[in-house]
Amino acid sequence: MAAGSLKKVDLFLGRDQIRDVHKASTTGPQVRILTPGRDWITLGLRELVEYHELLYFLVWRDIKVRYKQSVLGAAWAILQPFMMMVVFTVFFNRMAGVGSGDIPYPLFSYAGLLPWTFFAQGLAQSSSSLVGSAHLVRKVYFPRVVVPMSSILSGAVDFALAFTVLILMMAYYGVWPTATILFLPLFALLAFVTALGVGLWFAALNVEYRDIRYVVPFVVQLWLFVTPVIYPAATVVPRLEGAGLPGWLYGLNPMAGVVEGFRWTLFGGNAPGPILLASTVSALVLLVSGALYFWRVEDTFADVV
Amino acid sequence: MSEAAIKIEDLAKRYRIGTRAASYKTFREALTGLVQAPFKRLQTIRQARRGEGEDTLWALDGVDLEIRAGEPVAIIGPNGAGKTTLLKVLSRITKPTRGRVELRGRVGSLLEVGTGFHPELTGRENVFLNGAILGMRKTEIERKFDRIVAFAEIERFIDTAVKHYSSGMYVRLAFAVAAHLEPEILLVDEVLAVGDADFQKKCMGKMDEVGREGRTVLFVSHNMTAVKALCSSAVLLRDGKVAAQGDTIDVVKEYMSQTSMGGAAERIWKRENAPGNSVARLLAVRIRNAAGDVCADIDSQQPFSIEIDFENLDDSALLGTTVILHNEEGECVLSTLSNNDPVWHGKMRPRGLFRSRCEMPANLFPDGRLHVSAGIWGDNYKWGFQESEVVTVQIHETAGSVRGDFLKRMAGVVRPALPWSSGPIGRPAEQPEPTTR
Repeated sequence: MAAGSLKKVDLFLGRDQIRDVHKASTTGPQVRILTPGRDWITLGLRELVEYHELLYFLVWRDIKVRYKQSVLGAAWAILQPFMMMVVFTVFFNRMAGVGSGDIPYPLFSYAGLLPWTFFAQGLAQSSSSLVGSAHLVRKVYFPRVVVPMSSILSGAVDFALAFTVLILMMAYYGVWPTATILFLPLFALLAFVTALGVGLWFAALNVEYRDIRYVVPFVVQLWLFVTPVIYPAATVVPRLEGAGLPGWLYGLNPMAGVVEGFRWTLFGGNAPGPILLASTVSALVLLVSGALYFWRVEDTFADVV
Repeated sequence: MSEAAIKIEDLAKRYRIGTRAASYKTFREALTGLVQAPFKRLQTIRQARRGEGEDTLWALDGVDLEIRAGEPVAIIGPNGAGKTTLLKVLSRITKPTRGRVELRGRVGSLLEVGTGFHPELTGRENVFLNGAILGMRKTEIERKFDRIVAFAEIERFIDTAVKHYSSGMYVRLAFAVAAHLEPEILLVDEVLAVGDADFQKKCMGKMDEVGREGRTVLFVSHNMTAVKALCSSAVLLRDGKVAAQGDTIDVVKEYMSQTSMGGAAERIWKRENAPGNSVARLLAVRIRNAAGDVCADIDSQQPFSIEIDFENLDDSALLGTTVILHNEEGECVLSTLSNNDPVWHGKMRPRGLFRSRCEMPANLFPDGRLHVSAGIWGDNYKWGFQESEVVTVQIHETAGSVRGDFLKRMAGVVRPALPWSSGPIGRPAEQPEPTTR
């Protein structure tokens, strides 16, 4: 009786569909064991590679949705750092007299704001990403790290758009990049690593402790002032050295290395050696510790979020 | 193919319901708690680790199962029996607390239709997004795209944002993506109860086909009709344990016989806290089946009765009782008053205990739950009180019920047996006889 009414549906199935099934079955079954313990973190990395397409689709979704819903669309990506630059120039440069060496201050601060905005947005987005994707986390399995990662990567488009304005500004001020510009992607990568390291900490903590979302804007704000966006690192380092401390200490803030290095790739000058080294190490420590913490607690996300 | 596709040994999953109910911890609380009472906190953590705290719940508690490859198996059981938790553990969404699972083959899970659909994106974009979320490769989605769209019957609107879709279109598209997932092991949780009747039939067909292709399907459902149609064997879970396993017909029967699916057949109040006023108090409400037993599970083809026990405290009052039935959607199915009680209506009762009974005829209600509210009124309906949803009747449809051979969702709050007949309108001499094929 039941089969009779169901069999009609078979007409919907094409021949090619049956072929797919055979293809799937020839791959041979993989065996997976589920136990209470945690998987090795290396297994997590392999899964991340396996799920790289999901990462791609989540980034793609974020970008599509962002530009679909906003009236100004792409303009936001440019307006935000640009307005900040104007404010910085008027108040810090013109009124407070913050200098920027040989480079015109607007260009100087805008070049600092580019990696900074990418980092700050990425950090804010990734911190709330897991809680924001609770519906996914509760209903589907995938390596959870894909979520904070995608929310940082989707900022890359904004970064690229804002970068075109930088090129126009450089042309306006007649500043031409040197060969060091080839290193620029490395500093973008360092900004990504830093954002991901801190983002993993905050995203995981936010699942368990919801007041992290109040902490994040505050942290981002403070972080801006200890990063050489408004002022050059050259104002801080001599003071550290004057106090008998090594100058590279400033580089323990990984964004110090990112912003200084970013300007170096664009405008040349002295390479930020010790600071950069300290920043790279510091960023890697953040990433590894963040990844370890995330890996330690990710099994409980679906139960708690 | 007798090899086990899924092998489950002593599987257990514990939830800390306390932390859930008390909403989310805040970082501040955790910090102050740590400072104020480190010892107390340590203790609760230890208790929770050992699973001794009061706020823990074993959603699964020692499940042993072996599911052969290529077998469609139904998982049935009352709410909270651990069915969804089992699927969540098998699909790796959550980790088991104890035990071991061996899975042979790629696992696809479908705990919800349309997970990750974004309203701003078009149908086309959502197919790719949802497919990727369910674990399909981009090339795989591209290859199946036309079939998915055809299955959803949505060709014209594929480039429209899904926020403009009707709920039916939305669900059709979402199911179509999921239906084209082709893992060796498919876990499905109660997702067939979507869409209109035609589409449900199509979904059922798709599930049936998946089973016949030799893929392993674990199918959680409350719809016993679907379960019987799709699965040859079934597992009954109760309180996180396997209560029965075997042939679907037997397991479903077992389930029906012992469970009152969360329905309660009887509600009794103590005199001290019985609902009521100075004139009358409600003492008990119960359901009796045709045999006269107190039972919440009723065959739709059998009559049953609802009894109301009450106490009369005032011999000058004119009392009557009332019964109101609501279905699971919250719709009122019917309300009835004891004003056609041939003996006591309009007559003053002496003080004491009374029982009034309302007979419900056979073949009136569809399958599903009926929440029974009962009340007492008096003095020509001048006053009254009522207790909402005190007992719940579970109506089951069995072979020969009013729905006949129609297995899909049937609309309507009642399903009475109504006489149907038909005949040709032509001259009597040319009357054709129906032939069966």
